Amino acid sequence: MEKLLEILQDLHEDVDFETEEHLIDDVILDSFDIVTLISEIQENYDVTISAKDIIPENFNSAQAIYELIQRIEEEEA
Amino acid sequence: MYFTSYEFLGFVLVLGLLYYVLPKKAQWPLLLLGSLAFYAASGPKYLIYVAVTALSVYGAGMLMDRDRNGVTAWLKAHKEELSKEEKKAYKEKHKKVRLAYLLICLLINLGILAVLKFQHFGWVLPLGISFYTLRAVGYLVDIHRGTYEAERNPLKFLLFISFFPIILQGPISNYNELAETLYGPNKFNWKNVSFGLQRILWGFFKKLVIADRVLAAVTVFIKDPETYNGVYALFGMLLYTLELYADFTGGIDITIGVAEVLGIKVAENFDRPYFATSLKDYWRRWHITMCAWFRNYVFYPVSVCKPMQKLSKFTRKVFGEKAGKRIPVYLSSFFVWLATGVWHGATLNFIVWGLLNWLILMVSEEFEPLCTKFHEKAKFSNSFGYRIFMILRTFVLISVLNLFDCFANVGTTLKALLSIVTTGNYAGALAGAYEAFGLSAADYIILAVGIVMMFLVSLIKGDGAFLRDKIAKLKFPVQAVIWIGLFVLVLLFGAYGQGYDQSQFIYNQF
Repeated sequence: MEKLLEILQDLHEDVDFETEEHLIDDVILDSFDIVTLISEIQENYDVTISAKDIIPENFNSAQAIYELIQRIEEEEA
Repeated sequence: MYFTSYEFLGFVLVLGLLYYVLPKKAQWPLLLLGSLAFYAASGPKYLIYVAVTALSVYGAGMLMDRDRNGVTAWLKAHKEELSKEEKKAYKEKHKKVRLAYLLICLLINLGILAVLKFQHFGWVLPLGISFYTLRAVGYLVDIHRGTYEAERNPLKFLLFISFFPIILQGPISNYNELAETLYGPNKFNWKNVSFGLQRILWGFFKKLVIADRVLAAVTVFIKDPETYNGVYALFGMLLYTLELYADFTGGIDITIGVAEVLGIKVAENFDRPYFATSLKDYWRRWHITMCAWFRNYVFYPVSVCKPMQKLSKFTRKVFGEKAGKRIPVYLSSFFVWLATGVWHGATLNFIVWGLLNWLILMVSEEFEPLCTKFHEKAKFSNSFGYRIFMILRTFVLISVLNLFDCFANVGTTLKALLSIVTTGNYAGALAGAYEAFGLSAADYIILAVGIVMMFLVSLIKGDGAFLRDKIAKLKFPVQAVIWIGLFVLVLLFGAYGQGYDQSQFIYNQF
């Protein structure tokens, strides 16, 4: 989780990612951010995120993104 | 059958009555019959295209769903006896099968669209094909991704493809969202019906009183760009931007209103686009469902696909973290805008239009950190005046881009744009420009009133609530005066008197 928060913070310094729960709904992360974020996650976590995973529910909060990563890790194991 | 014809009004009236009088079970079959009749009215032979798309996509959806369910069942039944590798291999094999179904069906449908768009045999493009093909492809990809289950009933699926209010110019609704209300049963609800009718009326006002009145002037402008240069070109450009807005948002108001009368919820397609403060912001507000479609089905798949991720690694190594990160994103975005341009029309002007959008968006993205720094230091950045400046700047930019669509010719467009800054016919030209396009003083007064009305409606919609909700809270006589007033305005000032042909909507041709 810490690593993920670091990645997110790199993307937008001014957002409090620990509490924010509407990253997509409030367009805090736009589509460019999402793609950059996915590249970073794939580098750091060794998971493959595909287009079908890119839905608002999976990216609205740091917690949701973290859960997505864990879910994919389990599936790929 | 145009939305702005008496036939259409009669059609909606009869369909609406039957819809609520007949048993609830008959609602969606009635809609299907109505939708097919509506489409057939513009040429029965075009129904074949709709049928091919509906049938192929329905079939591929069912096959993919059955395959996925089969895999789950088989793995469950053979859980104990299989090794991890065997399970994985089995899953992979079937993933390939589903991918084959997807690709074959995509090839058929996008192939039809591409052939019809690129051909020069004089074949007529079936109405709405660009819109219903995108909806069909969206459904197909969603089923392949396993986002939701495939529609089991082929006739219900045919209704999704052919649903008459949205078939000609969108919105490009998602299947799962539309299906919630499309198949009913929908009880008669006075609020839905009255709100729907109000929205239709507002749509007619925008289309008939504003868009079609401006259309006459814009036609004069388009036909003779040599004469109408300089200040006239500027004026024509602004008129076209006005027409495009009133035409497309008005058409969608009618679409959403008709669906609302039937108790069906269709996705919104606009959020006060000309209040956008940047081009990026504009594309979140204009043609929202098309943008969402290209984002979900082109931008994301292209940018997260393996070759692009590999490229991302490579560019980071070569150009460093910061620049390297952005190159693949920009490249994916390039594909999206190229595709968006081609989707509008397979001609150079639309491709240039798409790529210009791309270029401006990328340049703004590159300069964003710099702009943010500037705005942090500059005191006026949060002021009302600066916001207005940003809105006007964006509006001018959009008007310039729209001109590529207006003239349908890159050379003419560039010449006209150049003439705005080089031709010195500004002095005393206001009077000339005002008369040049054949609009009378009365027309200008009507347009001015119409623009103010559209502006106020947008302004009031600030918190997401519609003006209709606010009007509905007023006393009944006041409400009656407002809606009857609007009706009378459409009746008196709608541009359908002598000299006007019923005109189709601009977006019907895409």
